[in-house]
Amino acid sequence: MACRNSFLRHAALAGLVGLFTLDAAIPAFAQEQPLPPGSPLIGRPDSPEAAKLAPVSAPPLPTPADKLPTAKLKVPPGFSVELYASGMANARSLRDGAKGTVFVGSRLVDKVYAITPGDHKVKVIASGLHRPNGVAFHDGTLYIAELSKISKIDNIEDTLDNPAKPTVIYDDLPADEAHGWKFISIGPDNRLYIPIGQPGNNVLHDSAHGQIRRINLDGTGAEVVAYGVRNSVGFDWSPTSHEMYFTDNGRDWMSEDVPEDELNRVTKAGEDFGAPYCYQGNISDPEFGWGHSCSDYTPPVALMGAHTASLGMRFYTGSMFPAEYKGAIFVARHGSWNRSKKLGGDVVVVKLNKDGTVKSVTPFLTGFIADNNYLGRPVDVQPLKDGSLLVSDDWNGAVYRVTYTGKAK
Amino acid sequence: MGLAVLAFAGTASAVVPGMAASAAVPEKAEQCLACHGESGQSQTDGIPSLGAQQPAYTLIQLYMFREKLRNSDVMNGMAKDLTDDDLHSLSDFMGTLPKPKPPADAGDPVRMAAAKALVDKEHCNSCHSADFSGRDNIPRLADQREDYLAQTLRDYKSNKRAGYDATMAEVLTPISDAQITELAYYMAHYR
Repeated sequence: MACRNSFLRHAALAGLVGLFTLDAAIPAFAQEQPLPPGSPLIGRPDSPEAAKLAPVSAPPLPTPADKLPTAKLKVPPGFSVELYASGMANARSLRDGAKGTVFVGSRLVDKVYAITPGDHKVKVIASGLHRPNGVAFHDGTLYIAELSKISKIDNIEDTLDNPAKPTVIYDDLPADEAHGWKFISIGPDNRLYIPIGQPGNNVLHDSAHGQIRRINLDGTGAEVVAYGVRNSVGFDWSPTSHEMYFTDNGRDWMSEDVPEDELNRVTKAGEDFGAPYCYQGNISDPEFGWGHSCSDYTPPVALMGAHTASLGMRFYTGSMFPAEYKGAIFVARHGSWNRSKKLGGDVVVVKLNKDGTVKSVTPFLTGFIADNNYLGRPVDVQPLKDGSLLVSDDWNGAVYRVTYTGKAK
Repeated sequence: MGLAVLAFAGTASAVVPGMAASAAVPEKAEQCLACHGESGQSQTDGIPSLGAQQPAYTLIQLYMFREKLRNSDVMNGMAKDLTDDDLHSLSDFMGTLPKPKPPADAGDPVRMAAAKALVDKEHCNSCHSADFSGRDNIPRLADQREDYLAQTLRDYKSNKRAGYDATMAEVLTPISDAQITELAYYMAHYR
């Protein structure tokens, strides 16, 4: 069992073996010993304030259209936001097809949805899948990423009413639940990029984790593009330099304000971005950083806020929005849980300098947080061919559309 | 059945001030209570108590049973025809039932003390609350059936029960099978 072996290697690496032996004698585990590496709660203090924080899961039932927070959402002057489609439980990653279909993945349910062009009707095109978070599209074929396999449906836009079952093209992937759900995308090199997160909050791991990999579209030729990746759930390529940029989520329980999530740029295949030894380019991990130096790793091009869960991102190449948005990156920040005052829960725009470094990060679509509670949580963005921008919200199972009219409301 | 449900609605209204006895035992709840226990406390091996369970958690589980995201022949069948409104009313209703009572025996003090140290170390109270009553989508554990707790933890650890999100699979990574036995013992005897 590859999975079991990989777990044992991971356990050995993480120094857990001692614990497995200890448990033979029953109350032995109660002896004082440090929390073993691998626990997601490492670093959590025993304070009442820390005890208030817990991961937040989206409700399973989609919010009815008339109860959505659409009217509460805010965009800069001249922009407006409307509902595009609703009723898709746990709507997550977005991808537009060649003929105007929008594909929507999910994580907490088993479905991939299609929103039809024109009338925006929602169809379930695949179900019975395990955490089908990622969707990609190329030459008429839809690619779907489940927890530990990549599959495809050919000719999808012509078969929305009776789609074929997905065919697996690649499954040489770990089966860990933690950070196992995947964003996928197809690069300018026509290869499919697959992130494989660290299997936990902050863990040493084997060579199959903590990276972004790419494969040919037939599943062959797997190679690692980026190492030291904790949990990336979004990437895209610059339309000018063709360099890959990816978001990465920082670890929990270090503190309220650090580490911040990262926006990274891959300038050559095989670069190491530091996790779990170094976070945000300049913080040596208190647990694993000893004996390592942040200077050995590629630093992020932008910090995206502590615990903000910066996820899906796309370069904007459309012509509907004002010129200052051309070539900028929209990033969906899902919003924090490991922080007393919620941060993120919005879409920000990252504007770049000519050399690909970051000029500014500013809020674009806000209003998802009221009184420190979520009204919705953005997961991914997808520019459409007309230049408008879609934003998914897994809390409500909805997709919104942002347009620019130039008229201030 | 009618009598039992009435009697029990009386109890619930005592527990939740302001909840009128007429505030609805949903019709479909009767079949739930037949196995899960009319007073919110299951007397049956392997079947969990649902009294005072967090409604957001129960809603998720009912949804998962209906959509076959969580597998149980009995529950998949029971939930098959439930509407979204049923899911809401049943989970809200279960939350109004009295919380399960701790067993008569207080538990072996040596085992309880050892298990408490493990519970503290692993921060189970971090999400499940200091008194293990849960919060939102995170379930109440206090005085749940020991056999159900142990089985659930084992199923999470082995990924047999994938869970709504990945949290429990991750939390249980460093926990051994023997430790699971002790965690279940502790939660089942919590008082």
